[in-house]
Order: sequence, then structure tokens, then C-alpha cells
Amino acid sequence: MRFVDEFRDAEKARALSAEIANLCEPGREYKFMEVCGGHTHTIYKHGIEDYLPENIRLVHGPGCPVCVIPMGRVDDAIHIASQPDVVMTSFGDMMRVPGSGGNFFDSNAEGTNIRMVYSPLDSLKIARQNPDTHVVFMAIGFETTTPSTAMTLKRAAAEGIENFSVFCNHVTIIPAIKAILDSPDLRLDGFIGPGHVSTVIGCRPYEFIAGDYHKPVVVAGFEPLDILQSIYQLLLQLREGRCVVENQYARVVPWAGNTVALKAIAETMVLRPYFEWRGLGFISHSAMRVRDEFAAFDAERIFEMPGVRVADPKACQCGEVLKGVLKPWECKVFGTACTPETPIGTCMVSPEGACAAYYNYGRFTRTRIREASAHEPV
Amino acid sequence: MSPSERVSTRTDQPTDREQQVLDRIEKARRRKPKVREERITSAHGAGGKATQTLVEAVFLDAFRNPALEPLGDAAQLTVGDARLAMTTDSFVVSPLFFPGGTIGDLAVNGTVNDLAVTGATPLYLSCGFILEEGFPVADLRRIVSSMTAAAEAAGVMLVTGDTKVVGKGTGDGCYINTTGIGVLDPDRALGIETACPGDAVIVSGPVGDHGITIMLARGELDIEADQLESDTAPLHDLCRTLLDAVPGVRAMRDATRGGVATILNEVAQAAQVSVVVNENTVPVRDEVRGASELLGIDPLYVACEGRLVAIVDGDKANDALAALRQHPLGTDAAIIGHVGDDPPGMVLINTTFGGTRIMDLLVGDPLPRIC
Repeated sequence: MRFVDEFRDAEKARALSAEIANLCEPGREYKFMEVCGGHTHTIYKHGIEDYLPENIRLVHGPGCPVCVIPMGRVDDAIHIASQPDVVMTSFGDMMRVPGSGGNFFDSNAEGTNIRMVYSPLDSLKIARQNPDTHVVFMAIGFETTTPSTAMTLKRAAAEGIENFSVFCNHVTIIPAIKAILDSPDLRLDGFIGPGHVSTVIGCRPYEFIAGDYHKPVVVAGFEPLDILQSIYQLLLQLREGRCVVENQYARVVPWAGNTVALKAIAETMVLRPYFEWRGLGFISHSAMRVRDEFAAFDAERIFEMPGVRVADPKACQCGEVLKGVLKPWECKVFGTACTPETPIGTCMVSPEGACAAYYNYGRFTRTRIREASAHEPV
Repeated sequence: MSPSERVSTRTDQPTDREQQVLDRIEKARRRKPKVREERITSAHGAGGKATQTLVEAVFLDAFRNPALEPLGDAAQLTVGDARLAMTTDSFVVSPLFFPGGTIGDLAVNGTVNDLAVTGATPLYLSCGFILEEGFPVADLRRIVSSMTAAAEAAGVMLVTGDTKVVGKGTGDGCYINTTGIGVLDPDRALGIETACPGDAVIVSGPVGDHGITIMLARGELDIEADQLESDTAPLHDLCRTLLDAVPGVRAMRDATRGGVATILNEVAQAAQVSVVVNENTVPVRDEVRGASELLGIDPLYVACEGRLVAIVDGDKANDALAALRQHPLGTDAAIIGHVGDDPPGMVLINTTFGGTRIMDLLVGDPLPRIC
């Protein structure tokens, strides 16, 4: 398949892997954070870690946009969906994220109508087809998905659709990265920058990471060779004593971002003073709300919101696990109150989250898996 | 946290305290499955972990008997001197008509296949219709005529049936249940629990065609794939061909809900063996791969309705493959992996990229993802 297979070539991977090993200084440990949940998925899906030497550790960042939605917002969404004649829509990933009383599937079993859509424009279509209902789109995601919500708001306004609104939960990546950088107990050697987000915001917003915090950043694509190449570029910067933002994903990411998309966002949404992140707590200016001009399409103004903050259970130590300070098994609720079947924090919600993966597979050593798979070691 | 803890593997040996936590998880895993939800959700019908838990904790617990206990595709029964296979399946697909078939084709082929993979010759089927008030008779005729054709192709007779009509809004047009009876060969016992290290894993053709066809036919995704259609087909003749061609067939399954990955997990658990799949040998059509890439799902978890997964003695694997490829339904058959001994109960996949990951059961349906 074109545009896919050429980025999954095992020959090239082996060559890159050797160069990566050459760049590593013996005895030094490297910790790189992949900010984006999509990268974590790629790393997991293709088994990329089998190509990395033992002293390179990839730290899973806060970039899974569904996993960071706090319980209270899920509860709010279910509250809206429970109103008469409301159809709630959201992305597939959102369906299994737990609120305090269950997820969207559980809620549907109680009688709500929460549907999966692939694009907010599909929600608008449902609204057009069902004039007797009110269709709400639960908007989630970083800057990657925000422009599509913005365009949908603009189209709804242009068409004068009266039975459609957006429950806005869009979050912004930079404040989350900053929150992690400001954590006193964190040691990271560099960042694999979020490629999808960067198609919208470009590479400039990361310059403070290199400039102020002296950590190299490589904005990376989502195919396995992209990830390996970005790790190579990070190591090369460290070896040469450089510290800059580099764009590995230049085939898609323009340095200045997508100005049309940014304009659409600015026209329809503004920053919230603060927003709660599951596991990380409140972070200022880290999320968007619908602009006053589009108030008629803002679910938070149309519906009375309980807005009750459901605190992450105190014992949940997701934040520490996310920052790599604690290992999953060291968290107080790990494996007791918090399991993959009844997840509390973001690291257990996502199947690739640190805690879920450790719960399911922590008992296997890498050597055992390699031997069992009868795979030639790299 | 190290990558090893995060994805499937670790490099170091656990400390005492960590071992305690691991032991606690192991204990929890071995505990009898418990249904935690207060109500049924769609995940309970997806064929993954939630379905498994519901079946074991609610149905098996209440109905427990030696014929039910293996939870195979069909129950194996002895009546006088005869060994019979019996199975039942309900069909609730939406849309009712899709490229390559109708709910009627599925209702016949699905039950025929559950009998066939047990090694039985399918003979008789019942069919129960639950129809919604207002459902067009022309549509019903179309479904029934596809069932007639499918039954003829499978060599089975529809010998008894039932019709119920439910009020408008309480059904989805048409639901069908079929129950099937077949005769088992007295000299042959198949079962996934007999899988041994060294066995080969064979699939009879490209995976995921049916599931992706249905997803696209719902028209919610705005993805078009002109060439793609459901693989619904009766597998009785293919199964017979395989069984007649080689000794050493340990088990056969048809990869429906949950796809090939779910079947292989069932094999690994039942036989307490490992199963290793080589991703680059799994046949997947370009259309299915493309749609799966876009949606962020893995074709190995997507339903098929006419694909056989066979576990065959490794020494006989090439003969088995040759026999399958001779058959019109098996021209694209492939050996996709093997059975190993460690870690017991696990399925591993060697990715095309050159890495290895654990291929676990899903909790519910594979969901399209944005991140």
C-alpha cells in the first residue's frame, strides 16, 4: 500500500537501529517522552522497542486526548445525553472512557442515545436528518481535531441549524507539556513532538522547550520508521551538543502550521482560564470553549450542567506515573481499586497506557517474549 | 517507567515488592469471572472479553453440564449409536442487505459453519423469525429466497420454524435465529484443547472482509470500497476437504465475531499453549487494509463469515495448505503462524516491521480511534 509500506520497511529499520545504537553513549540512560497517544499506539502496534537498545526508555506522555478527559466531564456528557430528545455523538475512543457511574456504553444501556461518529460533520448531518431531536457533538482532542469542530460550528451557523450544539472539551498541548517540564522530579532527555497537532500549530510553539528548558524536540510522523528516525535525530542532537526543534514530519507539517485552521479555531473558540486533566489536575489555559458569538451552539450554555467536579480518587497517582516518577505497580490503587476492567486513571483507561499494559503483560520479560516468538533478535 | 513495563515486555527481574503485586494480579486473573455491569451493554455482544465473562458467569454457571462445558462452536451429543453436533445462532445484522449477501445468507451459513468446523456433516436447520411491525414483505421474500439458495448450496434442509411479530420500534426490521443439527464422524475428535507446540495455524483466505463490508455498508463512515464484499459462504465442503486430505487436523474454527485474533486466544487458553502469528503472512485484501488503517483497527480482530482457521500438525501443514488451495473457497489459504509452549495462554504477533507484540482479547468491539 503506497504511503504506508515504505515507512514500515524492516531492512531500513535494522539499519536505523544500528545507527541509533552507535549514537548511544555506553552507560548513559536516555529518556525520551513521546507526547502523543498516536505515537504510543505506533510504538506498541509495530513492536518498535525491539529495535531500541536497553538504555533508551520511551516515556508515555499525556497526549491521549480521551484518556485525559476527567470523570466529571464524562458525567456531564451523560447528563446532557439523558435529557429528553437528545442524541449525543462523539468519537469511538470516547465510548469506553469511564465516568463516575460508568462509560457511554453503560449509559446507553440505561437508555441514552450516544452514537459514534467519525467526524463532527456527521453529527451535523444527524441533526439535519432529525429535526425533532437535539444533536450534541462531544468535541474532544488536541489541536488536531479542533479545526474540524471549528468548521462544523461555522457551517451550523451559516446554515442556521437550530438543533445542534457542541460540548467542547478540546485541549491544548503546550500547557500540558509545560506542566510536565515544570515538574521538579522529572528527568527527560528530549521530546518526540506530536506530528498531528503540529500540522495545525506548526513547530514554532515548541521552541521554548529547546530554548528555555534545553531539551531537544523532534516533531515526528506516525509510521514506525518516523519514530525510529526521530529518536536518531534526538540522539544526534545530544551527541553534537545541539538543542533545537527539528521537523522530521516535514512531508506533512509546515513549520508555521496551518493558518486557515488556526483562524477557524480563533473565530469559534477561546481559551478557558483553566481545565481539569485526568491524572494531572487543573492546568491553566489548557482547553478551549465555544466563543460567545457561537453561544447558540454551545451545549454548556444550552443545557443546565451539573458541573460537579469528580475528584480523581486521592490514591490515584497517574500524574506521577505519567511523569515517570512512579512505576505503575508502585501506585497505591494499582491492581486493587484500579484495574483494566474498572479503570480510575488515564494510564489504565487506554489499553496502551502504562498501567493497563503493565497489568496485562508486566509478568513477561522481554527476553521471554522474544524467545517465545521465535524471532531473530535485532 | 521503562518501555518494557509499558508495552508487553520488561528487561529486568521484578523485586520482591513488585513480585507481590504481580502475584496479586495473577490471583485476580484466575478468579472466577464476574459480571460487574448492572446492565447489558453492546460490549457483551462483541465476542471479546465481556462476552466471555457473561457466558461463563451467567449462562455456564446456571446451565452447567458436560455437553455445554467445552463451549465449542457446536455441542457434541451421543444419541443411541449416533454422535450428533448441535448449534444455534441469532442474526441481528444491520443493514439486512449488504454487498455479497443478506441476513438470510448469514443465518444459514453461520450455523452450517458452526457445525462444519466441529467436523460434523450439517443436515437440518430450524429458523425463527422475529419481525418488526411494518417490515416490507418484499424484503422478507428477498431474505427467504437467499436462505433457500444458501441451504441448497450447503446441502441442508430447513425443517422447522417460527414467526413472531414485535411492535414497531421494538425490533430492527428482521432478526433470525437458526439452530442446526449435523452428524459427527464417530472416529474423529477435534478440539482446540488438543493444539500442541509445533502445530501450524492456517487460515483459508483473506481476513476481515465481512466486518469491513458491514461497517462501510452502514454508510456512516463515508469510505467507499467498490471491490469489497462479505465473504459469507458455507464451509462444510472446505472442512470435509481438509479432513479427508490430511490426518493431524487438531481443530477448526470459523472466525466470526472477534476475528482470527479472538479464535487464536481461545486456542491458546484452552490448550495452555502459545500461538505465534507472523503478520506478513496473514492474507488481507488491500481494501480491508486501507479501511482498517483509516479507522485505526486491526483486521485480525474483524469478523469473517466464511473463513476457516485450522490448527494442524506441523508435519502435515504443507499438505493441508495444498488441499485447501485446491478448493474454490481456499485458493488464498495461508499458514500464518505456529503453536508454541511459552507463555501459555498467550498469542504473540511478529509484526511486518520486525517487532513483537502480544495480541490479546479485546474487551468489546474494535472502535474507530482518533488518537
